[in-house]
Amino acid sequence: MTLTPNQRAEFRRGVREIVEPSFGISAWALVTGVAMIKSGLSVPLATLMSIAVYAGSAQLAALPLIAAGAPLWVILATAFCMNLRFVIFSAHWRKYFGHFPRAQRLALMYLAADLTYVLFLRRFPRPEPAPGQVPYFLGSVLWSWLCWQVPSLLGIALADRIPTDWDLGFAGVLALLGLAYSTLSGRNSWIAGLVAAAAAVAAFRLPLKLNIVVAIAAGVAVGMLLDRLRPNAGEERR
Amino acid sequence: MSDWQTFAAILGLTVITVVTRGFFLLSADEWPIPRWLTRGLRYAPLAALAAIVAPEILLSDGALVGDWKDARLLAAAASTAYFFWRRGILGTIVVGAAVMLAAKLGLGW
Repeated sequence: MTLTPNQRAEFRRGVREIVEPSFGISAWALVTGVAMIKSGLSVPLATLMSIAVYAGSAQLAALPLIAAGAPLWVILATAFCMNLRFVIFSAHWRKYFGHFPRAQRLALMYLAADLTYVLFLRRFPRPEPAPGQVPYFLGSVLWSWLCWQVPSLLGIALADRIPTDWDLGFAGVLALLGLAYSTLSGRNSWIAGLVAAAAAVAAFRLPLKLNIVVAIAAGVAVGMLLDRLRPNAGEERR
Repeated sequence: MSDWQTFAAILGLTVITVVTRGFFLLSADEWPIPRWLTRGLRYAPLAALAAIVAPEILLSDGALVGDWKDARLLAAAASTAYFFWRRGILGTIVVGAAVMLAAKLGLGW
């Protein structure tokens, strides 16, 4: 396949924009790798889980259930709920990639983790297909795949030698915090973000991390409401 | 759980990854997503990030952090200050992580 100069540029841009936040995600991946071994998975199964499942929060939620011998459907239902935010994202992705053949669509989506969603939306805010989207997406997901898998496998290999009381995984939270700040544009988005944060804390007691879904719904609803009341305050300032 | 049961669970979890991430792209049928909802979804990335991050920083064992001498709280404050000073994400991570390690290892928080 030959690429046009524009496609190459978009691929490189996709890589470039994910390099910085992916450092935090790598710390998270390392901790997830360690957690898989500490929960009792064998090295081959932990490796398979890292490479095939490729969804940190669902993996961490499934581990204690696997260790406790929970029924398969409970494990899968838990993972589904942990991933509900991706269901919401997929409604958005459909606007960009819905016209591709199914196998291609699902292959792309399998790789679409949180960081790429946020960065792609920042790069292509208009919800419609446009040239350069697929190369940008591929650059982004390939880099983030490496930045997840390499430290995750390292965590599996070095599980006994990595200190767990340093709270290294928090670097992943800090990466998402910086990314959240970088997507703020205009007062409406500040308020929507604060409402989502408050809702996630207030609804924290809900089972299966459903507080995340409640918070996304609250943030989106408040954002839409503010856009209607004060259209200018939500304008892009870039 | 036996190894093959764990293997089956891992395969099932892989299917869950594909099904959730591709949920609204599984079917080729037209899903009429109303325009107002599509516009509202532009807040979804920010809302999702805020929802993941806020409890990690503000809660400890499900309750609001009561003591300001908290390594995570301090790290998040340092990261926030750095971000609005310099706008770089890598710096935001490094500064916050350094402050957290200093508080944990140096001050014993």
